[in-house]
Amino acid sequence: MLKFDHVSKVYKGGKKAVDDMNLEVEKGEFVCFIGPSGCGKTTTMKMINRLIEPTDGSIYINGENIFDKNAVELRREIGYVIQQIGLFPHMTIRQNIALVPKLLKWPEDKRFERAEELLKLVDMAPEYLDRYPHELSGGQQQRIGVLRALAADPPLILMDEPFGALDPITRDSLQEEFKKLQRSLGKTIVFVTHDMDEAIELADRIVIMRDGKLVQVGSPEEILREPANEFVEEFIGKDRLVQARPNIQTVEQIMNPNPATITENKTLSEAIQLMKEKRVDSLLVVDNERKLSGFIDIEIIDRFRKKAVQVGEVLEKDMYTVEEGTLLRDTIHRILRRGTKYVPVVDKQQMLLGIVTRANLADIVYDTIWGEEENLAASEQ
Amino acid sequence: MIQFLANNGNELLIKIWEHLYISLISVLLGVIIAVPLGIALTRIPKAAGFIMGVVSIIQTFPSLAILAFFIPILGVGKVPAIVALFVYSLLPILRNTYTGVKGVNKNLLEAGRGMGMTSWERIIHVEVPLAIPVIMAGIRLSTVYLIGWATLASFIGAGGLGDYIFNGLNLYRPDYIIAGAVPSTLLALIVDFLLGRLEKRVTPKGIKTTPEVI
Ligand SMILES: Nc1ncnc2c1ncn2[C@@H]1O[C@H](COP(=O)(O)OP(=O)(O)OP(=O)(O)O)[C@@H](O)[C@H]1O
Ligand SMILES: [Mg+2]
Repeated sequence: MLKFDHVSKVYKGGKKAVDDMNLEVEKGEFVCFIGPSGCGKTTTMKMINRLIEPTDGSIYINGENIFDKNAVELRREIGYVIQQIGLFPHMTIRQNIALVPKLLKWPEDKRFERAEELLKLVDMAPEYLDRYPHELSGGQQQRIGVLRALAADPPLILMDEPFGALDPITRDSLQEEFKKLQRSLGKTIVFVTHDMDEAIELADRIVIMRDGKLVQVGSPEEILREPANEFVEEFIGKDRLVQARPNIQTVEQIMNPNPATITENKTLSEAIQLMKEKRVDSLLVVDNERKLSGFIDIEIIDRFRKKAVQVGEVLEKDMYTVEEGTLLRDTIHRILRRGTKYVPVVDKQQMLLGIVTRANLADIVYDTIWGEEENLAASEQ
Repeated sequence: MIQFLANNGNELLIKIWEHLYISLISVLLGVIIAVPLGIALTRIPKAAGFIMGVVSIIQTFPSLAILAFFIPILGVGKVPAIVALFVYSLLPILRNTYTGVKGVNKNLLEAGRGMGMTSWERIIHVEVPLAIPVIMAGIRLSTVYLIGWATLASFIGAGGLGDYIFNGLNLYRPDYIIAGAVPSTLLALIVDFLLGRLEKRVTPKGIKTTPEVI
C-alpha cells in the first residue's frame, strides 16, 4: 500500500531529519511512528502527502510514485489529521466535515448527507452539524477532526499526534472508539505519537525512530518481548516491560516442566506415597507417552480408599487444561476466576508439557507490582 | 440657519451627494487595489516590507500637496481628487489586509494544505474569511478619513461640502463653514455606523465570539 524507498530528508541548514528510510505498510494496517522529540516522525509523515519534499528516495502508494502525481490531488486522496485539531472556526461542523468533498466538487446534498452519516459514527447528535467548532469540547472537536479526514473515504489516513492535546480520560475513550472505527472501516493508518501506551493500544505495527533512523519495526508484542536494543528498552520503560509480561508471555515461559505425575496402573497407596514424597496434594495422571488423562487428588483417594486399588479406576478425567502458546494474561484470569490451584499445560496431542500453579502466578503478580522498586533498590546498592 | 437651508437646501443635498461619492469611489478603488495587493504581499514577505514602507511614506505627504501634485497631471475637477484620495485610502486597507491575512493561524493553513486546498482555495475559504474583521476595520478607518479629507478636494475643483467651507473662509461667513463642516461630520459618523453593521454582517458567524483566532 505504502512504501518508503531509501527516503531521506535534509533540511536547509543541514539537519538530517530522516535518514535512508525503508518501510512498507500493508493495506489496512495501523502503523504507529514513535520516538523522542525531533526524531523525524512528523517529517516522515508529511512527506507522504508531500507537505514536505524528500531530499532523496521515493515514496510509493499502491505502486505509484507520489511524485508523479499532482500534489493537490494526492492530498485529497489522503486523510490528514493534525495535532492541533485544525478545524476551521468560521465553518460549521457540517462544512468542516464536508470540506474535502467540497474541494472534490461533490454536489451539496451528497456532501451534507455524508457529514450526517459520519457524525453518527461517533454517536454525536445531528444538532451538532450546525454548530461551530468553538461550541464543542476538545474531545468532540477531535472527533470531528477525525471525521473530516474520513469524509472522502480515503484509503490512507495520516494522523500526527491527534489525541496529544486531550486530557487522559478523553484520550482513552477516543482511542478505543477510534480503534473500533478503524477496524470496521479497514483503513490504512499512519499514526504519529510519542505516547508508548497509545502505540501499544492502537498499533498493528510500531515503528520506533531515533535521529531519523528506524530502530525497530514490529508488532507491539514483538517489541515488548524482544526490544532490539537498550534504547528501545529504555524508551518502552522497564515498568511497561514488566507489566506487559502477562500480555506477551506464554504459559510455557513460566510453567514448571516437571509436575508430579503418576501412571494409571499404579496403586492408590503408591500414589499416596508419591504425594508425601513430593509434598503435593494431587497428581497428574499420564500414560507411558506422557499423554494426560486426568488427575487424582487426596480427596479422591480418601473416598475410594477401600473400594479401588488402581489409579486408573478412580482418576478424575474432567479437568481444565491450557494449550502451549496460550498467553499468560488469559491463563491468569481463568485460574483466578475458577479458583483452581493449577492448570496443566499440554500440546495439541494432549501430551503433558508442564504445569502452571498459583505459586507461579504469584511470582508474576509480584514482579508486576513490586519488580520495578526491587530493581531500583538493587541498583542503588 | 433655517434661512440658509431654505435658500440653499437643494444645493446642500447636491454637495453632500458629491462629497459622498467622491469619498466612496476612492475607497472602492482602494479596496479593489489594496485588498488583493495585501494578500499578494503575504506571499512575498521580502517585498512586503519595502512596499509597505513606500506606501507609509506617501501617507505622510500633506494632503494638500498631493492634491496639488495631481493638477499638472490630471488637471482640476473630480478625477484628480478621486485619484488623490484613493492614494490615501491605500495604506490603512493594505496594512490591515496584510496583517489580517498574515495573522491567520498557521495550523489552519497547514490543515488546509494537507487536505488538498490549492493556494487560491486557501485564500478564498480560509484566509479571507478569517481576516475579514481586520480587513473591514481598515476599510472603515479609511472611509472615515477620506470623508474628512474630501473637504479639501474642493480646493482643486472637485465640489463637495468643502466648497462651503472654503467659501465661508473666504467670505467670513461662519454659517457657510458650519454648513460644510457639520454635514461632513455627520456623514462620517453615519457611514462609519453603516460600515460597522456591514462588518458584522460579513464576519463569519463562527469567529464572532472568538476574535482571538486571528
Ligand atoms: N522546516 C524545518 N527546517 C529545519 N529543520 C527542521 C524543520 N522542521 C523540522 N526540523 C528539524 O528536523 C528534525 C525532525 O523534526 P520533526 O518535526 O520531524 O520531529 P518529530 O519527530 O515530529 O518531533 P516531535 O515529537 O517534537 O513532533 C528536528 O530536529 C527538527 O528540529
Ligand atoms: Mg512532530
